[in-house]
Amino acid sequence: MGPWKAVVYLNQFFGGIGGEEKAGMEPVVRSGPVGPGNLFAELFGPEVEMVATVICGDNYFSEHLEEATERVLALMEGFRPDLVLAGPAFNAGRYGIACGSVCNAVVDRLGIPAVTGMYPENPGAELSRRSVFIVETRGTTAGMREAAEKMSRLAGKLLRGEPVGFPEEEGYLPRGIRRNTFSAETGAVRAVKMLLQKMKGEPFATEYPLPAFDRVPLLPPVDRMSRVTLALVTSGGIVPRGNPDCIEASSATRYGKYDIGALSEMTPESHETAHGGYDPTYANADPNRVLPLDAARDLEREGRIGKLHPFYYATVGNGTSVARCGQFAREIARDLIRSGVGAVLITST
Amino acid sequence: MLLELGIIPVEEIDWGRKTAIDGKALHIHREELIEETRGNDFRIASVRADLARPGESVRILPVKDVIEPRVKIEGRGGIFPGLISGVETVGTGRTHVLKGCAVVTAGQVVGFQEGLIDMSGPGARYSSFSRLLNIVLGIDVLPGISPHQHEEALRLAGLRAAAYLGEACRSAVPESVERFEWPRFPTPVRRDAGLPDVAYVCMLLSQGLLHDTYLYGRDVKSLLPTLLLPTESMDGAIVSGNCVSACDKNTTYHHQNNPVISELLRRDGTDLRFLGTVVTNANVTLRDKVRSAEYAVKLVEMLGARGAVVSKEGFGNPDADAMMICAGLEERGIRTVLISDEFAGSDGASQSLADVTPHADAIVSVGNANERITLPPMERVLGDIRVAEKLAGGQSGSLARAGGLGVELQALLGATNELGFEVLYARGG
Repeated sequence: MGPWKAVVYLNQFFGGIGGEEKAGMEPVVRSGPVGPGNLFAELFGPEVEMVATVICGDNYFSEHLEEATERVLALMEGFRPDLVLAGPAFNAGRYGIACGSVCNAVVDRLGIPAVTGMYPENPGAELSRRSVFIVETRGTTAGMREAAEKMSRLAGKLLRGEPVGFPEEEGYLPRGIRRNTFSAETGAVRAVKMLLQKMKGEPFATEYPLPAFDRVPLLPPVDRMSRVTLALVTSGGIVPRGNPDCIEASSATRYGKYDIGALSEMTPESHETAHGGYDPTYANADPNRVLPLDAARDLEREGRIGKLHPFYYATVGNGTSVARCGQFAREIARDLIRSGVGAVLITST
Repeated sequence: MLLELGIIPVEEIDWGRKTAIDGKALHIHREELIEETRGNDFRIASVRADLARPGESVRILPVKDVIEPRVKIEGRGGIFPGLISGVETVGTGRTHVLKGCAVVTAGQVVGFQEGLIDMSGPGARYSSFSRLLNIVLGIDVLPGISPHQHEEALRLAGLRAAAYLGEACRSAVPESVERFEWPRFPTPVRRDAGLPDVAYVCMLLSQGLLHDTYLYGRDVKSLLPTLLLPTESMDGAIVSGNCVSACDKNTTYHHQNNPVISELLRRDGTDLRFLGTVVTNANVTLRDKVRSAEYAVKLVEMLGARGAVVSKEGFGNPDADAMMICAGLEERGIRTVLISDEFAGSDGASQSLADVTPHADAIVSVGNANERITLPPMERVLGDIRVAEKLAGGQSGSLARAGGLGVELQALLGATNELGFEVLYARGG
């Protein structure tokens, strides 16, 4: 049992180093608590000691996500902590992403509990809520004390190995996992009750919220394809040989944009697949099977498309989260529209 | 139309020189029970009879079916029509119920996904059958009998045993009488107009290969959805022949005590108007699924319902039938609530259902069947412990030393019953 040792992660602002002008700073360590760390120290009392604070600039972190995570983790590990607290980040996007990334790495690699706090719409929440405990906070620092209280209460339970309650009880954002519990009423009684609420137009809460259905409405056919620039996009993992962007074989965190302006087709020497979810033999033997560059060139030569866009985009759709895919899609679409592309052929596996 | 259920509570069971109810004690003549269970079915090689009481250190596995002893006192037909009685329509008159006990058929495994009942310990919390006084029949069949013959032999033997015990309370004076009156089906008279009109859609598993259900003795694989009085299942019109997915199969006992029907009847005339039960099947081909879903929806619409509760049996494949029915009803403006269990993985992180429709916006969850549980050893095992590794939700190594079992809730009979029989549910965490 305690006293336990905790390390706190903060950005340059909460770490008392400076505002936006210091956002590029690299990770540094301060001994003992800083800023919100003092609040944690007060809330925990002698049970948990805030041994150190790691501070990093928001821009530095978001521009060097992996490297920054590694460096922060290495600094923390030196203190052999029992717990890591990050933020709370409220609605600060870059800070939220950093807190989520740090907590993820801590839980995953150090095997100790980590707790952060965010406003539900913080982009960091969507990226990390499935793997780490993110306490729900208000959008602004006005919610600091309330957030710190919830974080320290939850962290205390994790340290003591006590069972953690449901999101509504503990104040963390739902992690998208399902846990069994017992109701006071049978399923049949609840079903009839829910039906009557639904029929009367009263609010009711389904016990199993369905996954979000992101249906894309079909657009009318492309007018005069022979004048339109076509681009190729794939989730089948076709990358230049050697996978220069190190796109992951599953749960991809990135996509690549590759020049095909001078190529008439893909060859086993020029391209390969980075995808880990299917037998790669046939894609590696002829990458055109997944990214049909050869056929697109034929269409271009025959005048059936205006021209082929000189870049293609590729990622791996193997276990990659819908949220991440949505982010890739928005970025790729912006780039394509800027380049005057009028139609896209998307291939999967 | 009226059915009266005379409730004869049973609080003790033991072996006796005569099968009879004495106050709240049920005495059973063991040899006579065994003889009645065998009937004259040449396929049955042997029958063992044991008693298992709540709180005892007893594990029953593999369980084939659970049946409540009942007897028809007045009215048309007999108990379990089409199987061990005639085919007259049941659900009227008077039926006596031995409440608090059940016949449990066990013995050689029929299907490879049968389950277990623990009479004490952590597993007992998940199944209502753990709280019943169980008369456990270990039935073995002759070698060389096909699985379908085996299933039928056990199904009928269980029904015979329940009917035999039911006879014991024919002349008993019920402690209470539940009256289920049904004055208006199918009259259009709207005595209580203004109340929400509700129908119940009861899906019966009918995938073949020991995933079957019987209605008046007919295999429902070839059923076109049809209408049932709320009281017909109370007289045993629906019998389980399902040997699969212990946690969410609807045993005969569940059909006899259908909790959706009970709740709709309880609130009938006060909060809603219960228009009737549509039974439909859950077959394997798309063509069969579409036909049955369309037909069931049509019947609900013909009843004039504005809302419906849909209950399920099984998981995976039947998710598609359930979603088709939900979508069909909602598209016709009939508000729908679906009862389903979840298969979200042992960590709870996966999507829970194999199929979904945006119309299924009101689901009652009856729990994640993949959640793991460790069941401690029991002093006595009724049935056959060697099948533990073949149970649904068990796996190689389930049969831990000293008789302890590490299984998913899937292996516990009725743990995630999709008629909504239990109080377990899953929440977002």
